[in-house]
Amino acid sequence: MLLKRIIPCLDVAGGRVVKGTHFRQLRDQGDPVSMARTYSEQGADELVFLDIEAAPQQRSTLLDIVERTARQAFIPFTVGGGIREVDEIRVLLRAGADKVSIQTAAVQRQELITEGARLYGSQCIVVAIDAKQVTESDWRVYTHGGREATDLDAIGWAREAERRGAGEILLTSIDADGTQAGYDLALTQAVANAVQIPVIASGGAGHPRDLAAVLTEGRADAALAASIFHEGAFPISDTKRYLREHGIPVR
Amino acid sequence: MIALVDYGAGNLRSVQNALDTLGAQSVIASTPDGLMHADAIIFPGVGAAAPAMAALRARGLDRALRDAIRQGRPFLGICLGLQLLFDSSAEDGATCLGIFQGTVDRLATTEKLPHIGWNTLERVANHPVLAGLEREAMYFVHSYVGVPRDRQLVAAETTYGVTFVSAIAAGSMIAVQFHPERSGAAGMKLLNNFVQYARVQPPTLTLPRKGRGI
Repeated sequence: MLLKRIIPCLDVAGGRVVKGTHFRQLRDQGDPVSMARTYSEQGADELVFLDIEAAPQQRSTLLDIVERTARQAFIPFTVGGGIREVDEIRVLLRAGADKVSIQTAAVQRQELITEGARLYGSQCIVVAIDAKQVTESDWRVYTHGGREATDLDAIGWAREAERRGAGEILLTSIDADGTQAGYDLALTQAVANAVQIPVIASGGAGHPRDLAAVLTEGRADAALAASIFHEGAFPISDTKRYLREHGIPVR
Repeated sequence: MIALVDYGAGNLRSVQNALDTLGAQSVIASTPDGLMHADAIIFPGVGAAAPAMAALRARGLDRALRDAIRQGRPFLGICLGLQLLFDSSAEDGATCLGIFQGTVDRLATTEKLPHIGWNTLERVANHPVLAGLEREAMYFVHSYVGVPRDRQLVAAETTYGVTFVSAIAAGSMIAVQFHPERSGAAGMKLLNNFVQYARVQPPTLTLPRKGRGI
């Protein structure tokens, strides 16, 4: 039976893991490689690194983190943040990443999804969508770390990303992100129902029950979270025990 | 020394990283010569069958792999490295290595494809490389599966809407549809089982860690 995935997210800036609220107020959380290894040992199913500065001059720092993580953590991991060209995808995959996550550049130049999928396979192209609610059943896509609105609606964009060859959707609710008040279940469910590819829900986890809700009611295939794992409130093992006790199949 | 077959379709580095962690010596081999001198062979791979077969033939590795398996050299195929052992693949109509009778078919499931994520091993055969792995979860990324004509080859199965073959074994050859190098502790256990099974001898001469082919 296919199991639901629990994915710690490591937001990286200046070679460190940081965490903020609503994409702001960054707090230092630790060394990315040692955190990756620890999460891997604790039973995380995958890892996501997001380079939140996405500055080209920081790319060598990120590559170093990717290479060192690949030598120490034996679970799949995704790298994202500022990827604009297929050549950057190639470099990250060669450094040891299993998948890349593309967001702003995928909106600006949708062929990036198609090209990446053709060259390296859909399984390694994750399209990240940051969405903000406008009406009860309409979510707007934002780019540039949640600062710039686009004219895309999240559901339509998820469908288009799938059509172009995305292997997975990493869906973040800007409204819920950092609140620890639960995922946006309506958004997650709407996108998960609209596409055939797996949807990773992100933004708002504050308690294992939030992960349980998004993996059942929200119809997500995977739940991504940061603070609840980084700050030690709910280690991966406790979170998985909770999910198992609530009938959700996890590793 | 374990040879990792390099034909430009692989996640060689992650497999090599895992072997390094286990303290097993490995070398990247992109020529028949490189395989001939190995004590054991790991045949990884991701992607489509036709370009992979073309790359193997261009390097003369198709014959070398057939010879190595027939000679009973300890062998571990991973993902595409399982599928290519059969006669042909429906993915792109490719003619494969034909070491085992059977085809590679699209997974006949009503679930989402590709099948991505952690799934469990069932009905695991009594095989030293699979020891202790019954009901363990492994990481899968694929849409196609090997369908051996001879059911005796089946060494493990997995269910994703339908039950499919997730490992095959014959003689000293074993091949798995999932990625042990990405399957955490359970995957490391499988790789370590293989290393022990292959009884890799310490190298008699020092080879560069990243040898030919990278």
